[in-house]
Amino acid sequence: MKKPVLEINNLQTHFFTDRGEIPAVDDVSFFIREGEVLGIVGESGCGKSVTSLSIMGLVPSPPGKIVGGNILFREQHSTKEETENLVNVSSKRMRQIRGNKIAMIFQEPMTSLDPLFSIGFQITEALNNHQNLSKKEARKKAIEMLNLVGIPRAEQIVDEYPHQLSGGMRQRVMIAIAMSCDPEVLVADEPTTALDVTIQAQILELMKKLNREKGTAILLITHDLGVVSEMCDRVCVMYAGKVVEEGDVRTILKFPKHPYTRGLLRSLPKMHEKQERLYSIPGNVPKPGSITDGCRFAARCSEVFDRCYKEDPELLTLSEGHTCRCFLYEKEGDVQHV
Amino acid sequence: MSKPLLEVKKLKKYFDVTGGVFSRKVGDVKAVDDVSFDVYQGEVLGIVGESGCGKSTTGKALLRLIEPTEGQVLFEGKDITKMNPEEMRKMRRDMQIIFQDPYASLNPRHKVEKILGEPLLIHGIGDKAERKKKVKEILEIVGLRGEQAASYPHQFSGGQRQRIGIARALIVNPKLIVCDEPVSALDVSIQSQILNLMDDLQDKFGLTYVFIAHDLSVVKHISDRIGVMYLGRMVELTSNEQLYDEPLHPYTKSLLSSIPNPDPDIKKERMILEGDVPSPSNPPAGCAFHTRCPECMDICRSVRPEFQEVSVNHFVACHLYEVDGDNSDQEQ
Ligand SMILES: Nc1ncnc2c1ncn2[C@@H]1O[C@H](COP(=O)(O)OP(=O)(O)OP(=O)(O)O)[C@@H](O)[C@H]1O
Ligand SMILES: Nc1ncnc2c1ncn2[C@@H]1O[C@H](COP(=O)(O)OP(=O)(O)O)[C@@H](O)[C@H]1O
Ligand code: SF4
Ligand code: SF4
Ligand SMILES: [Mg+2]
Ligand SMILES: [Mg+2]
Repeated sequence: MKKPVLEINNLQTHFFTDRGEIPAVDDVSFFIREGEVLGIVGESGCGKSVTSLSIMGLVPSPPGKIVGGNILFREQHSTKEETENLVNVSSKRMRQIRGNKIAMIFQEPMTSLDPLFSIGFQITEALNNHQNLSKKEARKKAIEMLNLVGIPRAEQIVDEYPHQLSGGMRQRVMIAIAMSCDPEVLVADEPTTALDVTIQAQILELMKKLNREKGTAILLITHDLGVVSEMCDRVCVMYAGKVVEEGDVRTILKFPKHPYTRGLLRSLPKMHEKQERLYSIPGNVPKPGSITDGCRFAARCSEVFDRCYKEDPELLTLSEGHTCRCFLYEKEGDVQHV
Repeated sequence: MSKPLLEVKKLKKYFDVTGGVFSRKVGDVKAVDDVSFDVYQGEVLGIVGESGCGKSTTGKALLRLIEPTEGQVLFEGKDITKMNPEEMRKMRRDMQIIFQDPYASLNPRHKVEKILGEPLLIHGIGDKAERKKKVKEILEIVGLRGEQAASYPHQFSGGQRQRIGIARALIVNPKLIVCDEPVSALDVSIQSQILNLMDDLQDKFGLTYVFIAHDLSVVKHISDRIGVMYLGRMVELTSNEQLYDEPLHPYTKSLLSSIPNPDPDIKKERMILEGDVPSPSNPPAGCAFHTRCPECMDICRSVRPEFQEVSVNHFVACHLYEVDGDNSDQEQ
């Protein structure tokens, strides 16, 4: 089995605001192996983006701060075998890693491209931060990257500006920039959420191709379980700042154990069968920090019992590679539920 | 099927494109370009398509929230495009709209009581006490509590705000509601709550919906018939089952095959379209889809295919399915 390139243990990233301390990420653990695609799913506000910003060392600070846990990065081709904890590496080292070893793409490509500079300039700038290329070489490499991500007329597009491109093309450019230094891990935060389905299909196909051909490990953040099914090897389900279930994609989508994962899957309208009524999880998506005691899902859970309101369940291992945070699966202390 | 409640005939909406120092008109955005369909009493007609294809413009033109450039919209046989403002005001009681963004569509400075009471006031329904009572009733019908009338929109979650949007449309007892992406901004677990609510309300009040969305699984769940739009045109329209089991238009086929399925055991053949959606200010000649169509033929580049009934209740605009006969005047 391949080694993890990135391993996150009990990560806690909190925001210190006027309204108090907000535990946006509150106990998140997972790992990604070399060349693997790991999905993170969850509803809005559950802490997906803050998790990815924590990995990239980009949590806005103040008000944000990593208050617990570690993020271990193992460089593949280096001679040293040990890992680095990204939570306390120097900012100089973090800049070397960011973009070069771990790259990121965001949901809205327009906000991360600079409207004032040409596409070519933005790609070559990314290259020059990490490699020393002559102007001519850099331009050639930029065109090569645009071709790689399937942009037609790359020789012309290289001199155009972000506003001249469609949403799908901008996202391709973002991927080109992210891939330009051949990173070991690509963190993609909702990369296709702003795109139409036919364009989404193109971008997902491109990411699959890069993963296959370059062996780049991908951390794919999404709220779309269809995208997870299509793209991921394993998946982590998050709820209110915590990982509540984790496992290989087929196990999670076909045989989910956590009441939240089950509810989420049952709520989806199905394309291949006619349902009179959809299942729905009652209540609202909680704001982080609004629930302090017991299981974060208790107020909406169909299986809730007394203990759930008082104690916070730990992540339990159900079988090799399948974990779940719910008292129902505790072996001892035979759990009763109503 | 019963008689049409709404008949849309050759509807067009062109927006001016201005440019230059004098902001002169330099062209048109053909947001809706010759669209015709009927909506039957008691049905849900879904409209799907990608961003910018003209779904919202169609929805708003149906209520004359934007003025159609051309074409007719008959509601119960009467052409609303010809109505004067007073007739139109009365008409709006029967035709309501729900918007996508529950945040933007509610006035943040008004209490729910005022937001929901306003449509009653406009239509002169009830006195003050009756309006108050009606507001409480409608809140409970959409799954909120009567006393929440005293709260402001920001005190509600996204799903709850959408319930308020639904209550506002429902309170005047309309016959038809145009729902423009009512669940697109909501989380999955909240989406199903709202879809169920809309289902219940439809049964309870005998409503007719025009349900606009870009998510095909949502549209499939709620609709009886579905229309697919591309670049301002309706390209296919048929029953829910027919559309998913036997799509005819190449665009519909690719759209259906692009949807990622959450079931890892369903493997399907993917038909990935090349290129981007062209701009509606400069749509391709002939069939608007020809630049991306895997089955494009010569005729497609110059002749616009007509929207025709190729089998019972199955309408398609594609040269592959041209029915014989009067093809002489299809050039638009
Ligand atoms: N007021 C306006 N002025 C000019 N162009 C407009 C105006 N409103 C809409 N358009 C254009 O008309 C076309 C159709 O827009 P419309 O909002 O109907 O699309 P839509 O199908 O609802 O898209 P979405 O899925 O993004 O909501 C687009 O190209 C849009 O830019
Ligand atoms: N800059 C910030 N300041 C304060 N709180 C924040 C900030 N960024 C995120 N949060 C909080 O963290 C929670 C998780 O956010 P995020 O990770 O963006 O969620 P998502 O899972 O939708 O990506 C949010 O609900 C928000 O309250
Ligand atoms: S711990 Fe209790 S409330 Fe939480 S998910 Fe399990 S059964 Fe539900
Ligand atoms: S008319 Fe021609 S280009 Fe248009 S969808 Fe049919 S086959 Fe394709
Ligand atoms: Mg996010
Ligand atoms: Mg719209």
